[in-house]
Amino acid sequence: MKFMSRFEGPWSTPKEPLDIKTGEWRSQRPVTKSEKCRQCGWCFIFCPAGCVREGDRSFFADLDYCKGCGVCARVCPGKAITLVREEI
Amino acid sequence: MSNIDLRGQVRVLDGNRAGAYAVLLCRPDVIASYPITPQTPLLETLYKFEAEGLFDPEMVEPEGENSAMGVLLGACAAGGRTFTATSSQGLSFMNDAYLLAAGNRFPIVMAIGMREQVSPHGVFAGQQDAVLVKDHGWIQIFTESCQEILDSIIMAYRLAEDGEVLLPVNICYEGFYLSHHSQRVEIPRQEQADAFLAPLQHTERLKWTLEEPMVFSSYTVPPELYAEYRYKACAAHQRAKGKLDEIDREFGRKFGRTYGGQIEEYRTEDAEIVIALMGCAAGTAKVVVDKKREEGLKVGLVKVRMFRPAPRERLIRALNGKKAVGVIDRSVCYGWNCGHNFVELKTLLSDLEPPAPQLLDFIGGLGGADITAHHVEKVIDRTMAAAKGKAQPTVTWLSLE
Repeated sequence: MKFMSRFEGPWSTPKEPLDIKTGEWRSQRPVTKSEKCRQCGWCFIFCPAGCVREGDRSFFADLDYCKGCGVCARVCPGKAITLVREEI
Repeated sequence: MSNIDLRGQVRVLDGNRAGAYAVLLCRPDVIASYPITPQTPLLETLYKFEAEGLFDPEMVEPEGENSAMGVLLGACAAGGRTFTATSSQGLSFMNDAYLLAAGNRFPIVMAIGMREQVSPHGVFAGQQDAVLVKDHGWIQIFTESCQEILDSIIMAYRLAEDGEVLLPVNICYEGFYLSHHSQRVEIPRQEQADAFLAPLQHTERLKWTLEEPMVFSSYTVPPELYAEYRYKACAAHQRAKGKLDEIDREFGRKFGRTYGGQIEEYRTEDAEIVIALMGCAAGTAKVVVDKKREEGLKVGLVKVRMFRPAPRERLIRALNGKKAVGVIDRSVCYGWNCGHNFVELKTLLSDLEPPAPQLLDFIGGLGGADITAHHVEKVIDRTMAAAKGKAQPTVTWLSLE
């Protein structure tokens, strides 16, 4: 029998779930225009996946985990975020 | 010393109180539960123990059964010994947390004071609640007497927390017939229970701590990992079967009482026919078996104690060579138009040496009805008739004749 886990049940260290890149599920990705970003942090607060990071000039989505739901674009008061279709 | 501390004494107790003394003896760290008929007096007794200072577990009173099990999931993840009890709709309301307990291999012990499920509404004895969740991954043990409830809960911790098992265990007893009927019960001394559970101190269990946080119920990607955990749980269930037999024998050596482990075989050795059942009606049935034996009928009885995992090998050995088996079911399996134990035993027929026995089902005791000596006599007579080649109905509803 080939086993992958050293555990008896579905337990893991906190790191292992992060290896699951939920960004692969995305059909559209948020793109931030840094000149329009006021760095208010609303996208950071509202992101249901908790994957918005703060950069030097703007907030941006961590595309490893961003599922492309578009909530950030909707709540952005500066209309700095647009959704761009992912090409297959 | 408090006058409710009956440890080390022989007393008359109902099943709920007998169960509560077992919990007291096992020293749980966390108890979380929600009252529901007919399990409520068990909880009341536990609260009384706490109020009197007999023990000091963390007692949580959540807003419902689902949260009660949720509390225990966390407590178990942190390495605690836990207990809860429920019945009927409470068990249904607990369902998704109940699945999480088994899936995460948390060794929670939970008593089920068995009661009919809706609808129709019925606050009465039955086995439908427990058998409905037979494939949710818990070990399920059915009991016949108040003493067996007490002893089985102590044994349940040995089984659940065994390093090769790590599965949650249900101790099931029929509401009112056992939960509220009083019988003679020997309550072990605390030192006896401590000594019996002592080997568990050496078993290794994965624990969540602040220094080393863990994720439980973690995502399983790729899907092969999901299959791996399912496979491991199935393997643990298979290991639990022999373990229960071992634990039962050890219990016998230390406490002077044994129950047969997975199944109890009563006068089956030279029996031509056997009646099979589980739960409290086994007591009545044994009396009738004795009577029929005096009349010269070669009849025996098989009491299924471990319903999950199914005691397949033990049942095969017990039923090989029998001419007919009469099953008494206190539950209904809609899908197969019979009771649940009947379906279970049907699956064994091809494993038995030919000619396979005739199998008859008798549904009785639904909605809190008695399974009387007269009923059992009827079951034996018809099973014997089937053994002699006289055609009989496959399924008989005892209370509708």
